[in-house]
Amino acid sequence: MENILSISNLTKTYQSAGRTLTVLEDINFSISAGSTNAIVGPSGSGKTTLLGLCAGLDRASSGTVELNGINLSGMSEDQLAQIRNQYIGFIFQNFQLLPTLTAIENVMVPLELRGEKNIRSRATDLLEKVGLADRGHHYPAQLSGGEQQRVSLARAFSNAPRILFADEPTGNLDAETSEKVVKLLFDLNKEAGTTLVVVTHDLELAARTQRILRIKGGHLIADELTDNK
Amino acid sequence: MENTGLITRRKVNIRWLFEMALRDSRKNRSRLLLFISSIIFGIAALVAIYSFRYNLQKDIDAQAATLVGADLVISGNKPAATSIKPLLDSLGDKRSEERSFASMIFFPKGKGTRLVQVRALTGAYPYYGSLETEPASAGQDFKKGQMALVDKTLALQFNVRVNDSVKVGEMTFVVAGILDKAPGQTGISSSVAPIVYIPLHFLEQTGLQKKGSRINYSYFYKYDQPVDIDKLVKRIEPRTDKAEMNIETVKSRKENTGRSFGDLTRFLSLVGFIALLLGCVGVASAIHIYIREKIASIAIMRCLGVKAFEAFLIYLIQIIGIGIIGSVSGAALGSVIQHVLPVVMRDFLPITMSTDISWLAVGQGILLGVIISVLFALLPLIAIRNISPLNTLRADYSDVSLSRDPLRWFVYLLIVIFVMTFTFFQLDSWIASIFFTIGILIAFLILSFTAWLLMKLMRIFIKSTWGYLFRQGFANLYRPNNQTIILIVSIGLSTAFICTLFFIQSILMGQVKLSSSGNQSNMILFDIQTNQEDSLAKLTRQQHLPVMQQVPIVAIRLEKINNKTQADVKKDSTLHIPVRAFTYEYRVTYRDSLSATEKITDGKWVGKADASEDIPVSIEQNFSRRNHVKVGDHLTFNVQGVSMSTVVASIRQVNWNKIQTNFQIVFPKGVLEDAPQFHVLLTHVPSAAVSAQYQKAVVQRFPNVSIIDLGLILNVVDELLDKIGYVIRFMSAFSIITGIVVLIASVRISKYQRIRESVLLRTIGASRRQIFTITALEYLFLGVLSALTGIVIAVSGTWLLAKYSFEIPFTINLIPALILFFIVSALTVIIGLLNGRGALNRPPLEILRAN
Repeated sequence: MENILSISNLTKTYQSAGRTLTVLEDINFSISAGSTNAIVGPSGSGKTTLLGLCAGLDRASSGTVELNGINLSGMSEDQLAQIRNQYIGFIFQNFQLLPTLTAIENVMVPLELRGEKNIRSRATDLLEKVGLADRGHHYPAQLSGGEQQRVSLARAFSNAPRILFADEPTGNLDAETSEKVVKLLFDLNKEAGTTLVVVTHDLELAARTQRILRIKGGHLIADELTDNK
Repeated sequence: MENTGLITRRKVNIRWLFEMALRDSRKNRSRLLLFISSIIFGIAALVAIYSFRYNLQKDIDAQAATLVGADLVISGNKPAATSIKPLLDSLGDKRSEERSFASMIFFPKGKGTRLVQVRALTGAYPYYGSLETEPASAGQDFKKGQMALVDKTLALQFNVRVNDSVKVGEMTFVVAGILDKAPGQTGISSSVAPIVYIPLHFLEQTGLQKKGSRINYSYFYKYDQPVDIDKLVKRIEPRTDKAEMNIETVKSRKENTGRSFGDLTRFLSLVGFIALLLGCVGVASAIHIYIREKIASIAIMRCLGVKAFEAFLIYLIQIIGIGIIGSVSGAALGSVIQHVLPVVMRDFLPITMSTDISWLAVGQGILLGVIISVLFALLPLIAIRNISPLNTLRADYSDVSLSRDPLRWFVYLLIVIFVMTFTFFQLDSWIASIFFTIGILIAFLILSFTAWLLMKLMRIFIKSTWGYLFRQGFANLYRPNNQTIILIVSIGLSTAFICTLFFIQSILMGQVKLSSSGNQSNMILFDIQTNQEDSLAKLTRQQHLPVMQQVPIVAIRLEKINNKTQADVKKDSTLHIPVRAFTYEYRVTYRDSLSATEKITDGKWVGKADASEDIPVSIEQNFSRRNHVKVGDHLTFNVQGVSMSTVVASIRQVNWNKIQTNFQIVFPKGVLEDAPQFHVLLTHVPSAAVSAQYQKAVVQRFPNVSIIDLGLILNVVDELLDKIGYVIRFMSAFSIITGIVVLIASVRISKYQRIRESVLLRTIGASRRQIFTITALEYLFLGVLSALTGIVIAVSGTWLLAKYSFEIPFTINLIPALILFFIVSALTVIIGLLNGRGALNRPPLEILRAN
């Protein structure tokens, strides 16, 4: 199977109070298209930094990130934005919906950016899939946490991404809602054939993916395949 | 690896950007409107002034003929030479003649005397418009007999009615009517120099037309058939120039009136522009905080693939949209306010004003509003380009600085260029617009520096030993998202502006009052003939009044400076001699000693002329500086047709502030004694009653002698300053209102910032009183410091104006400053508390949800 994401010798350092702080050091791995993956590790291990680098939200100090055959290093911010719009979907711990847009408008934004047609009906379909067809005209503040995350799921899948990055997708939800959102995430993912990369410290969630990458102190310390198909 | 082929290039979808701008603004529109309300009053002020200017221009064009009253006016300050007489008699189809001069009049009924402008008229002038009188027919009828028209200010002052009598010189006239308006006359001109019309053929009998009296001779012409007046003027101008007479036409009056009101409206539009600038600072600050709050949304958009420039455009569209709304509202308000301006400026207007909506003014106002709100909003907007999508993952990333973009220097430059260009169009001088811009910049810098210093000092001086409420209240001044700079700049600038106006007005008034106090001379008698000099002095002493000074005055003109004539100066600008040095009529005196107000700064005082040499004269230092004349230079004067060669023997410093006769040029004794001259006498009258009695005695025995009563001048100056002050205060009210709006907007923005904190404090048990005290302390300190800095700037500005512009001693009247200080401080606290009261009265959770 072809690789959708290849990370080679990835290092990220920050300058802080005159000292160099190494957050990630010499990380190497590849992710094959259509697979589900989890990056796990304790707080401060560098997993969110890794996600940011993989998704082209941040720039590496050294090493390369290759996404869908495109080397992200050396790309301008606007080129990275186009890549995100074209190939990447995001789910965030705190949902990150645009507060001034209704649920359906939030879902429509990636499609509108691509200049696609029949946007509204496609967004309505997606909202229906996440069970919020009747809440499309509500603003994020009028939705519960679980509902907001479901809108976020619909938005993430709206541009049919090749790869979906989820940062602690259940971090702000209770157990019952978490379960519903996770099920929805995996179902939609399977249906769309999208590659999934979940960053979490929820081992139960990680266990539902096909592969677990463990990070500690900025190093990749384990790379395990699970029994999930 | 070749990447680019895999990225689909996407065009910027302008329509979508507009849609996003609209969507994104949904929940913020009321706040955006609040931000933009800061510019509404500035725009309103400018649109009102512009509309006034355009309407005025239109009205002047339409009514110019009634300002002049004739097609052509030729005038001079001496009787027409015989060589020009035939020309004067040949012009026009209808002719009128007028002689005007200052003279005393006497009302026998109330025994009142006053210096007025006497106009002796013959013919049917004015041909356009009319002498508006009560009764209306009096305007023409008074010429039929021994009758006069008396200005309404005189009628009011002396309770004069129709059929009363007025004594002008040695003749008594019946008051035929009360003059309401004469061509070109304004409310101000009639209070400074009220007019009395008499028929010209009685002038001789009044005895006022004596040698030495300064009479202005005017000839009015009306053409029944249309004539090319420009062509006519071109043809006759060489001859009238030679006869030292001026020509005025409807066209030239139109230009002159337009120009003088152009200056006034330009000045007032600068005052309005300051209000607008003030509002723009408010906008920039509000947008800065708005964008800071939008960082998360922008980061999400960036995550979803929105390019940096697109994100920038989304917010730029919002600003332009809201700028248009603000400017249109401002323009609408301005169009309403312009109806008030003719009332405000009534006393300065020589014409009837219309108040049509000027679409040109409205268009200019809207354009200006949009440009300036975008320019100032650009400062925070450009930072949008730097907002990273990483903010979606890390909340702490949002401390990204919004103010360190190097492009901001370019925006600053644009703002400075804009301000300078705008002021250039108002002032018509690059030097003046550079000074104005630098002045505004310095005021901004001082206020910003004060705010910065305050924040630094607060960090250092707040002690942990202070009570919690004090620590919290003062710490609010420097904590993140504070409003210290914007509040100090906006409140301080408004205070400085208003305070400077008060200071200048009180200094000017003080100056006039000072001159009239104590035992200094406060009454000036002039136009005294040589043969009247001694008997008038005797009369003065008989009235138990001192003769403080008696001075002969001779009117002369300058012909050459070091053998250079006016023609040479016109040709060679390197001589640095202004042409007006030759056109001015100098009133000089002759004496053998210096007066108490004079000091020699260069050369040697020579009190007596030696017939064999050039006449040694003494010149005043400003004259020397202005005309680049120094000791030893040669000046040739024309003394009533006789050429006199002189040499500059000394340069004098003169204290012009004393009420006494002072001169630019002083001749030694032994030269001018036989030249045509008149005399001036100075005395001191202790009271209004003595003044009236003395004036009456003088007018009865010496009707040609004019008297300037300083008490009366004081009243006129007071009235004049009051009226000018009223107009300026009216315009500066826009700055004050803008200041208040910016204050309210800033405080409301800080309310959004602080609401969580107040609610948190409420949640953990802070009482209403504690939160109230914290807020009150913060705003009290802000108000006090802003007002204080504003007043300090006003003091410095006033000092500069007093020293370099008005050239008068600098004094400060602290009472208006103190009143202003308390009002500004209190207002700041009140607005701060009013805005915060929501957080005090409602349950914490309700507020959190609402915000």
